[in-house]
Amino acid sequence: MSLTKIFDVAGSGMAAQSLRLNTVASNLANADSVAGTPAAAYRAREPLFAAIRRQFGDASGEADAAAADGASGVQVLGMTESQAPVKAQYEPGNPMADANGYVYASNVNPVDELVNMISASRSYQSDVEVMNTTKQLMLKTLTLGD
Amino acid sequence: MSSFDNLFGLHTQALALWQRRAEVLSGNLANADTPGYLARDVDFRQVLSGTDGAASPLSLDTPSPGQIPSSAPQPGGALAYRVPTQPSMDGNTVDSQVEEAAFAQNSVHYQASLSFITAQIHMLRTAITGDQD
Repeated sequence: MSLTKIFDVAGSGMAAQSLRLNTVASNLANADSVAGTPAAAYRAREPLFAAIRRQFGDASGEADAAAADGASGVQVLGMTESQAPVKAQYEPGNPMADANGYVYASNVNPVDELVNMISASRSYQSDVEVMNTTKQLMLKTLTLGD
Repeated sequence: MSSFDNLFGLHTQALALWQRRAEVLSGNLANADTPGYLARDVDFRQVLSGTDGAASPLSLDTPSPGQIPSSAPQPGGALAYRVPTQPSMDGNTVDSQVEEAAFAQNSVHYQASLSFITAQIHMLRTAITGDQD
């Protein structure tokens, strides 16, 4: 039944969005982290999404016409780090300060992160809705003819 | 009645089509935040023209007796790309609201097809039992 593939597709979307939420949490938690050198400073991270082009049934030799351009799930290709400059703060009393008395704060933008969080949770919700609807449709199909 | 193949008419094919469309739409929703992803959908008119009994223009011809006709084309094999109403900067053309509306509509269509098949089953059951149950 091809409805079962929807669980794979929506599940991949939920996994990707929850990883994005994780990243947001990590970025917000480290928004005030400081480091002794610019290279060691925390940089905001963001996952890179990409569509999975192949069909999930490929391995089982399911060679239907849909395999060429079937429904695609989403995968996380990797993490990207923000290239925004890190801020140098003059804090001579900080134990992390370098020889000139500077510490280097993260380049996390809290507004960006909150926007990301809202977007991720909305997308997660619609994936859950898709799963619920599909489940209802499958249950109705099972009771066909009653 | 010679064959039970056409017992439920177009509705079995319609069910397959709605399943396929639900799959495509769920793919769109899963990729709502993927850069460069182009939203797709099943072209209903094209699929309908392929299931009305007439041979598809690309189907195999079987001029000699004994040749096995090719299997029916996959429902909704060819996908069309959605025309974006609000393109985003990263090249993604998924509009979540549009996709959710289409998915809801598709679910209703699926349940309608199920209802038609159920009604057909009830009718047959009445015909078989002679209204004894």
